[in-house]
Formats: sequence, C-alpha cells, structure tokens
Amino acid sequence: MEPEGSAPRRLLAALARLTIVTGAGLITGLRSLWSRTGPTANQTVYFANHTSHGDFVLLWAALPPDLRTLTRPVAGEDYWNTSALRRFIGRDVFNALMIRRDASAAGPSSGDPLAQMGAALTAGDSLIIFPEGTRNTSEAVLLPLKNGIYHLARSFGHVRFVPVWIENLKRVLPKGALLPVPLACSVRFGEPLELIPQEDKQRFLQRARQALLDLRPEYDREADPAPPAPPSEPSSRETQTPGSGA
Amino acid sequence: MNADTFLALFTPTGWLFVGVTGVLVLASSIAAVLKWRVAHGAPHAVIDNLTSRINAWWIMVGAIGVAFLFGKNGVVALFFLISFHALREFLSLAYTRRGDHTAMAAAFYVALPMQYFLVWTEWYGMYSIFIPVYAFLLLPILAATGGDTQRFLERASKVQWGLMVSVFCISHVPALLTLPVIGFEGRNMLLIAFLVIVVQGSDVLQYIWGKLLGKHKVAPVLSPSKTWEGLIGGVASATLLGAALHGITPFSPLQAAGMALLICLMGFFGGLVMSAIKRDRGVKDWGSMIEGHGGMLDRTDSVIFAAPVFFHAVRYWWVP
Repeated sequence: MEPEGSAPRRLLAALARLTIVTGAGLITGLRSLWSRTGPTANQTVYFANHTSHGDFVLLWAALPPDLRTLTRPVAGEDYWNTSALRRFIGRDVFNALMIRRDASAAGPSSGDPLAQMGAALTAGDSLIIFPEGTRNTSEAVLLPLKNGIYHLARSFGHVRFVPVWIENLKRVLPKGALLPVPLACSVRFGEPLELIPQEDKQRFLQRARQALLDLRPEYDREADPAPPAPPSEPSSRETQTPGSGA
Repeated sequence: MNADTFLALFTPTGWLFVGVTGVLVLASSIAAVLKWRVAHGAPHAVIDNLTSRINAWWIMVGAIGVAFLFGKNGVVALFFLISFHALREFLSLAYTRRGDHTAMAAAFYVALPMQYFLVWTEWYGMYSIFIPVYAFLLLPILAATGGDTQRFLERASKVQWGLMVSVFCISHVPALLTLPVIGFEGRNMLLIAFLVIVVQGSDVLQYIWGKLLGKHKVAPVLSPSKTWEGLIGGVASATLLGAALHGITPFSPLQAAGMALLICLMGFFGGLVMSAIKRDRGVKDWGSMIEGHGGMLDRTDSVIFAAPVFFHAVRYWWVP
C-alpha cells in the first residue's frame, strides 16, 4: 500500500528513506542473518525485540529491497505523531501503521490496535511488530509478550510469523544519547512460528518468546545476567521447556 | 599504460608486487587444479576454504597496492580504516553498559582520528604516548562520570584494550613511514611490506607445516589447531623468508633473519592472546567481514603484536 501525498513530498520521503537506510547500514555495519527458510515474498508478520527507537528502521533496512515496499512497521501514535518531523518519518518515509497504544484503556473503539493491524493484514500488507508492547529500557533481556500477537496468529493462519532478534542497537544509541557509536549490529531472522491447533494463549506466547531468545548469539546468552538459571545448566533453552517437570 | 607508470614497476616496491602477484597466481592455480582434480568441481570444505582464503589475499594485496600508489596519505588512510573496523569488532563483542557510551564515542570519534592525525604529522613524541597516557586516563574518567560502578574495572579496561590493540598497535604500521633510516630515504614502504609479508607468511607457513606434520598441540585450550611442528616449521621458514628479503630492507641477511624471527614470535603470541580474548567471550571469530578469514581482527591479530615491537627495534638500532 503506497503512502499518499503530493509528488514533492513523496520524492522527499524517498530521499529520506534512502539516506536513513544507507546511514543506518553504514553506522551499524548491518548484517542480516536468515534462517534456512530465507526471505520470501509471502505475507509475513516480523516480530522482534524492542530496545531502541531505531529498531524498525534497522529491521526494515535488513529486508531485501523488494520486500521493504511490502512491509509496514507498526508504530505507537503517541510517539510518532507528536511532531511534524516524526509524522513525516513515520507516515511518509516508512509508511508506518500508527496505532493508539492507550486505546484499550479507553475502551473498544475504532482506534483498537488489533483491529487496525487486522485491517492492514487483510489488505495484504506485511507488518513489523514489537510484541513486548513497549520499548524495553530495563535490564531484562526481553519483557513478557503482550497477547496481541496470539490473536493475530489465530485470525490470520495463512500469514507467516517470523521471530527477529535485533542485536546491539541499544548500545549504538542508548536512551538519552545523541551521538551513535558505530558498533556492529545484526538482525537475525528465525524460522516461521506455526500456531498449533487448540494451542492456548500462554503456550503460544511462551513459544514465541523462546523463539526470540533462541535467536540471540551464543556469547550473549552466556553474558546474560538476568534470567535465573540453575547453576548446573546455564542453557535457557532447556530450563524453559514447558513440561520439563521444573 | 604510459612509460612512467611502466618504469614505476621496476622499483623495488614494484618488483615486490610483481613477486607477490606471482605467488597469488600460483596459489589460485593450485586451488583451481585441486578443485578440478580432487573435488571434481563439487563442493569440498577444505578446498573451498582455501579458495576463499586466497581470494581474500587478492583483495588484501590489492588494497595495500592501491594504498602504496597514493604514498603516505594512502597508507595512513588504509590503516585508519583497518583500525576502525578492528575497534568496531572489538567493542561490539565487549561487555559494556549505558555508562560507557561517552567513553566509546570518545574512542571512535576522538582517539582513533587523533592517533592517525598524529602519525600523519609524524609527531613521534605524541603519537607514541597519546593513547597509553592521555586516552587511558580520559576514558575511565568518562566512564566514572556515568556513575555506574557495576563491573567498572572490567568495562573500563575493555575500552582501553580495544584502543590499544585496534588503534595504537595497528597505527605503528603506517608509523614505519615516519622513521628516518639513514641511507633508506624514500623507501620506508618496504619496511611495511617486509613486516606484512613475514608476519602473514608465517601464519600461512605455520598452517601448511601444521597440516603436513602437525601432531603435538602447543596450546590445546586456546588454539587447538596450533601444533609444535607447525609453529617451529612455520617460524623457521618465515625467518628464512625474511632473510631472503633482506635486499628490500636496510638490514643485512643475518639482521633480517633476526627481525623476522622477532616479528614471527610476536605474531604467534599475538594470535594466542587474541584467541584467549575470543574464547573468554565465547566466539570463534571476531566478525565475518572478509569471507573465509573471519573479521578484521582475525586477520590482523599477529600484525597487531608484531608492529610496535618491529617499529621500536628499527627505531632503536637503525635510526640515529
């Protein structure tokens, strides 16, 4: 779905898109790592960890150019609608789907985020979502996932749900910093996650969360001080397998 | 090609590149024959790895060749870029926290360009202490003002070490151009060529000797592929290679052998130290920039430790 706007505005947006994507690639030495499935043009929801405002830019830049035009980031209206510049970057440059994160508190309305994402998926767009619901500024590796991704997976069985781990971006530009440090970043795409028939919400969210954690590079798992692991076995993969009797 | 460019090939540097190119042509031909005869054109792990290593060599020799054509500016620019990539690889894998952001920004945007600027201006008295004195004191100050004391010494020393190996040590390669060796004026590029050929030659020869005869491991924990047979054979033959190259240096054959032995040993231990750091972090390669060669630091680990020692040995004995 192409964004609307006057021709000069669209040209400016295309230039800004090229500049931002090239700049992000140069600063971070961006590497995209794909699972065996590789990138395909099938309709996809990319769900990723969220530690930086630059996350969707980096994920978007990590996609092959022909898939970028099919893919829209889902962004919080409360942040991206607050100034003309942010609105331009959000709407015109990245064709983001603006959602109202506080909508559920205000009661079901036309601004319901799930309904908005559902409409975009029905229209055939691919989406970039951050299922933690908010930017993770804590020490934890990953916040608990919100329910939305489960409902989307239930309603859109034909859409692929691909876990994505964005590495290091938080260190490139931490909260409150103005100058990015050119550390190397990688974006790792995992195998699509299938919703098992009759799978309950908790189980699915647990699997989605684990699929994200499993994409972390080896060294990051060892250095991770946050998740409580038994002293004998440091692998988080084993300790969090449901039904292991723990 | 005009006459001047053609004649330029017949300087010692020109001959050297002709020689190195010849070796690479030979290596590529051998790899192609192996691919055809042994692997019958099918994928083959060892041969394909060899081919991608040789291809990476072509790129490296090409980059150094182009830099040499631009003289001092070209060499300083090339090693600035090498240092940038090395520092990025090092700090990307280091454990740091929010409080280290300013120190890391200072390392990338102040210390790195400043060091190469000082080398470019040939200010020996400053470029030889700028990082170990001024940067080493400033960086922990910046980290301390972040107010986060968790794992402080570890974090501060990681940024310092990143600068030390990636910037300070590597900058001693272009700094060789600033040494006024009597009777060797205008040929300092050859000191760089000698260093790089001997150190990298030693790596390759250790690999070959190790593959042919290797049995007894030198450092089973740090580097399982390194053997005594590979080490002794590789260092001995690279020392002979250095002696054979004495014609392009200000050294006598014996002195050239001694210098070659010194830089081979420093290169070997440099490789051990860098692999200890990698293992501490749980990774096999520093990065994946050069296909078949891991990252920049994987390729330069031996040069890193050899360069400053070679620099100071030349300066102590050959500069009045």
